Amino acid sequence: MTRVLAALVLVAGVAAAQDAAPEAEARYYALIAELRCLVCQNQSIAESNAPLAADLREQVRAQIAAGRSDAEIIDFLTARYGDFVRYRPAFEGMTVLLWLGPFVLLLAAGVVAVLFIKRSRRAPAPVAPDSQRLRALLDEKRP
Amino acid sequence: MKVRFLVPAGALAALVVLFALGLTRDPSKIPSPLIGKPAPAFNLPTPEGGRLDVDSLRGQVVLVNFWASWCTPCLEEHPLLMELARSGVKIVGMNYKNDLPAAQQWLARHGNPFSVIAQDQDGRVGLDWGVYGVPETFVVDASGVIRHKHVGPLTRAAWQAEIAPLLPSS
Repeated sequence: MTRVLAALVLVAGVAAAQDAAPEAEARYYALIAELRCLVCQNQSIAESNAPLAADLREQVRAQIAAGRSDAEIIDFLTARYGDFVRYRPAFEGMTVLLWLGPFVLLLAAGVVAVLFIKRSRRAPAPVAPDSQRLRALLDEKRP
Repeated sequence: MKVRFLVPAGALAALVVLFALGLTRDPSKIPSPLIGKPAPAFNLPTPEGGRLDVDSLRGQVVLVNFWASWCTPCLEEHPLLMELARSGVKIVGMNYKNDLPAAQQWLARHGNPFSVIAQDQDGRVGLDWGVYGVPETFVVDASGVIRHKHVGPLTRAAWQAEIAPLLPSS
């Protein structure tokens, strides 16, 4: 009987703990999905089975529980592992090219396209057909 | 008319050079943000029953080597570490996520290049140092600042090119 009671109390406790922290859970899953594993480099620490990813997940969970903000947790990891751990690196001197490069390229491509179209419009129109001669040719063919 | 084709050809050549340079780099070697910063604090037990903290590293250039007996590449760099230790380089062995008896057995078998060993049982100090795979070797200067990090087994070429110049010439 006491065992059953103890189990019930335990289940209730776990359920309460889960209810108490849905927001923390959401933050946890959002954070680990955008932190990159350094061992399996194309996986987030949410996806990776590497022991290091497990350690980092544990860190994130512990720090959320300790009341640290998302920014503080990300700073903690970048201070140790560099910008590499972030799938969304901060906008700063080193990453300007990364963030703006695609838009610069798009703009350059747009400028080239506009120049190209303008040039083709300015090209001389095809020589106007000589309508009299055309008529003559058509008449010739007519049975 | 010819100039028009030089522009895209030049751009293509620049891309080829950029990609060729990219291919020569090893993506598994991630630059450490800790270079030029004071070594992260730690206070860990030693096998002799004492403690080792970060301040006790000061006063001379030391190599801090994160290693484990379960780590196969560590065996690869081991002869070089032994040689360096014999030539008077101070090497601190961080026993990373590894049981002490296993580590001691390994050292008894292969030789011990470490002047002192610290037991990083849960890898928490490794995390503070940005370790993501063993072996990793840090060069910490006499004032306790990290000057260099080598990821993977230390090679003679890397030692001569990158680490030896950081040591006081003697």
